[in-house]
Amino acid sequence: MSDFWKRFSRNRGAVIGIVILAVVVLVAILAPMLFPQSPWRMVQRPFLPPLSMNQYLLGTDALGRDVLTGLAYGAQVSLLVGIVSTVAALLVGIPIGALAGYFGGAADDVLMRFTEFFQTVPSFALAIVLVAIFEPNIQSIIAAIAVVSWPPVARLVRGEVLSLRSREYIEAAILSGQTSAAIIWRQVLPNTLSPIIVLASLMVATAILLESSLSFLGLGDPNMMSWGYMIGAARTVIRQAWWLSFFPGVAILLTVLALNLIGEGLNDALNPRLARRGK
Amino acid sequence: MLRFILMRLVKAAIILIAILTLNFFLIHAAPGDPAAVLAGEAGAADAQFIEQLRERFGLDKPLLTQLGIYLGGVLQLDLGYSYRQQMPVADLIFARLPATLLLTLTAFVIALVLGTLAGVLASARVGKWSDTVISTLALLFYATPLFWVALMAVLVFSVFLNWLPGFGYETVGANYTGFRRALDIAQHLILPATTLGLFFMAVYMRMTRASMLEVSQLDFVKTARAKGLKPGIIQRRHIFRNAMLPVVTLAGLQAGQLVGGAVLTETVFAWPGIGRLMFEALAQRDYNLLLGIFFVSAAMVLLFNLITDILYRVVDPRIRVAS
Amino acid sequence: MTEPVLSIENLTIALPEGADRAFAVDGVNLQLFAGEILCIVGESGSGKSMAANAMMGLLPDLVRPVDGRIVYGKVDLLDKTEAELMDLRGRKLAMIFQEPMSALNPLMRVEDQIAEVYEAHRLLSPKTRAARAVELLTEVGIPDPAKAAKAYPFQLSGGQRQRVMIAMALALEPEILIADEPTTALDVTTQAQILKLIRDLQRKRGMAVMFITHDFGVVAEIADRVAVMQLGKIVETGTADAVLDNPQHAYTRKLIAAIPRLAAGQAPVRKEKTPVLEVESLSKTYRTGGGLFSKPRVVEAVKDVSLQLAEGETLGIVGESGSGKSSVGRCLVRLMEPDQGTVRLAGRDMAHLKGERLRAARGSIQMIFQDPYASLNPRAKIGRIIAEGPMAHGVARREAYERAARLLELVGLDVSAIDRYPHEFSGGQRQRVGIARALALEPRVIIADEAVSALDVSIQAQVLDLLADLKERLDLALIFITHDLRVAAQICDRIAVMHRGEFVETGPAHDIFNRPRNAYTRTLIEAIPGREKELATVG
Repeated sequence: MSDFWKRFSRNRGAVIGIVILAVVVLVAILAPMLFPQSPWRMVQRPFLPPLSMNQYLLGTDALGRDVLTGLAYGAQVSLLVGIVSTVAALLVGIPIGALAGYFGGAADDVLMRFTEFFQTVPSFALAIVLVAIFEPNIQSIIAAIAVVSWPPVARLVRGEVLSLRSREYIEAAILSGQTSAAIIWRQVLPNTLSPIIVLASLMVATAILLESSLSFLGLGDPNMMSWGYMIGAARTVIRQAWWLSFFPGVAILLTVLALNLIGEGLNDALNPRLARRGK
Repeated sequence: MLRFILMRLVKAAIILIAILTLNFFLIHAAPGDPAAVLAGEAGAADAQFIEQLRERFGLDKPLLTQLGIYLGGVLQLDLGYSYRQQMPVADLIFARLPATLLLTLTAFVIALVLGTLAGVLASARVGKWSDTVISTLALLFYATPLFWVALMAVLVFSVFLNWLPGFGYETVGANYTGFRRALDIAQHLILPATTLGLFFMAVYMRMTRASMLEVSQLDFVKTARAKGLKPGIIQRRHIFRNAMLPVVTLAGLQAGQLVGGAVLTETVFAWPGIGRLMFEALAQRDYNLLLGIFFVSAAMVLLFNLITDILYRVVDPRIRVAS
Repeated sequence: MTEPVLSIENLTIALPEGADRAFAVDGVNLQLFAGEILCIVGESGSGKSMAANAMMGLLPDLVRPVDGRIVYGKVDLLDKTEAELMDLRGRKLAMIFQEPMSALNPLMRVEDQIAEVYEAHRLLSPKTRAARAVELLTEVGIPDPAKAAKAYPFQLSGGQRQRVMIAMALALEPEILIADEPTTALDVTTQAQILKLIRDLQRKRGMAVMFITHDFGVVAEIADRVAVMQLGKIVETGTADAVLDNPQHAYTRKLIAAIPRLAAGQAPVRKEKTPVLEVESLSKTYRTGGGLFSKPRVVEAVKDVSLQLAEGETLGIVGESGSGKSSVGRCLVRLMEPDQGTVRLAGRDMAHLKGERLRAARGSIQMIFQDPYASLNPRAKIGRIIAEGPMAHGVARREAYERAARLLELVGLDVSAIDRYPHEFSGGQRQRVGIARALALEPRVIIADEAVSALDVSIQAQVLDLLADLKERLDLALIFITHDLRVAAQICDRIAVMHRGEFVETGPAHDIFNRPRNAYTRTLIEAIPGREKELATVG
């Protein structure tokens, strides 16, 4: 474990990523304390430019709402959607991939055709259709993102399990009379953990991008202030008020960048390829 | 080869039928009356139109019969009627399709060419400053929301600098013809195609770089060096060709995302393609049109996948000769 | 004595920081003369490949020579620029590698890859290059050279690919050929052919060959002179006969002593025991591919195989890769489903058990695996790895761990190993853990599938000794699957020779080696490297 931290912290990008993400998480948690005002409330005149009033550092939007407050509450939505939808996608993808990879044959065929179908379908379009038909709210957004993002998990886990399945120590476990459930749980899955962790961190990033894109198109939860919604609402006034779309975009960019950097750092630190050589 | 294409077409047809079935069940799973869903924006359509829909789709018959009627309709290229736009959905989509094809294909070519070039360059100078610059840019592009970078491009290149048009497909009211018109469209195309391509450029760059570095460690590269070949030839003939195989695979898998990205780009740039149409359908809750676009974009992705699969077989003799 | 074509003087190559030692090659002196084959022999990690790569200027990025010279044609190759080296490579010095599959570009036709050698040195026209490629392929003895020239590497067999590599290396008639374990990845009969080819071509052209190998059998077949390397240093050099017959250095003596002798002892006449394992007409056919429009490929891996194994007996199954020997082993333990036949273990048919009853029955037939790095779960402690089996069969946890401790002692490991992870152990030690795991369920029969093939020869000898000892003490019935006839000769009482899915000959080990009846068996035995030399010495 200390070995892992040593390798992880040697990656400068990963450390930067951790710092940025820590700030975002902190802001999301402390938002109600830092900005007790509702992000929807009109606090000043509309189109107040940034840095013109100390109290409203990043200015106000077309309805006179504080941009900084919106950003803080938007962090909550982004992280919530990113994490919950990733967990949901893992809960669907890992069992499907593990079963397909471990049992092979017909089970593999059926499960992989199913996965392939979801991978072929244009994912963003499917997410749009799902959210639109089931009415935009936080549940339907999370569900739609999970539906379009589990296939890579299933494929990754299947591939890993498939390669582990023919590994001699799994065969030894079969010969020693352990049950399939015990083998999957104790021998196979722990050894697929590293690539799953790496993928999961990248999936949170992708989910945040997806959520912001949906909100940008007006498919956000109407009761929750999100970064994508802020940009979408500011789209038509971009000529008058550039800051309204600029700052939320930077917030998304930094958060997603941080998660990607962390993912790469994890990948290097857990380096599945080196670990596999057994050294 | 012919048999391979035939097999892939059969597979594509099965997937399309599955998508239609999914669409069908979505209509029924949606809250509210399926007829209202088909009509779009519950309540906006008049009672007579809804009654027509009920009859046409047999909405009072068993579910499976309804599915049959729905699939049968699509087979005759009938994707339903948009009450909002007062036009058949298929006509609406096909009118907008060329603009989207132009945009996505241009973006794809830009992304693939620039992305692989940058990847090759970075891999050749691994660890040096040019690699650092390229890799950092790729990391940034990879994390940038597409719709935001599109807006910023409009702001910078269109509003502030006034270099390029940031709106529409061609200059409205100019009535250019021939070459002049093509040039006008090309000017309008630059910003949307570049911004749409940016993310994919980053993807291909990272993949190319990683793949080049991996292939350069393989034994046959050592063999090539042992022959006394020049590094340039080794790079091109041995490393690059092998390194491109996973990039081609990835490009095929990414096709779906390109179509999805077009929704955002077309919305920002008011590009009159099916992506923009989807945004309009969303705004008007025109579900039938939405599902039609979803179906057509899936068909486009399948076509694209088929092309990359064929390309892959041309490049890799192991697959080409083996069958 | 004549001038050497190449001499290595005090060559020292540094390894990157954090490696297990500072220098891969440490003060090596070597001379290579025209018209001789010099074998550099050593175990894995001895630095023998590094020395060869340094001559070509093809060292990995992080590894660099820090001292010494490599003199060729009165100049030091280490001083040469990359451009000067490029001119020499392929033209004066050529190299062939261990894995002929990965050493050829999968996307290029064979003739283009050969023609490249001329292209690199701006020789011949494109048309004559192609013609030369076919001539070279003819010279290295590829069947249907014109067709092979148009083929892609994946369409050729392993031996043919290595012939292509040799053709490529010979294209410009180099003075020096460096061969880095060129036959290690090949079957024994193919190996014999390639060794003969290299020997013949070397004689015909008067080349100097530096041949790197880990196998003293190969040394005996091909070497004029030998240099033995250990941990980056040369410990002994001399003519092949001198080193093989009268090794001076302790390490050389240890290595040579570790080689299994070919002479199989006359098995002691044992009392007739009831067979513990009886296999009748076992068959297994693979079908791969095939779909709506294509026919599946059918391979008969195991065809009508029958065998009997008595308590305390060791049966060897020997054969080349693809002969089906591993499939037999896997069918016996039911890692693979046999299509037909019966496998009676102590009277009960294992071949058709299913589900829970199969799981319960599995304890009585266990397996020792090939790869010591892949056969232990990297995330489990040794204790758990051994105790898991008994626990799955209802033994209490404490008792299972106590048994694990006893077994570790039995296989010659310290009991403290129980709390450690596999990566803390060497290959040989891991293989001992694998043996302990197989014994943990107190099986009636153990199947060892290439159980010593991945080990260096000195470690191999220790593990073979351990197995022989355990067999004696526990009266084990053992099926020993191997491609290595020397190993089979040492440990087996009886041997079955497998070829294309069938047992072509079965008999006492002594008879198989001394009076082979089947033609294929004879080919196999004659191909064993170093056999002639050994026969000559014995008698």
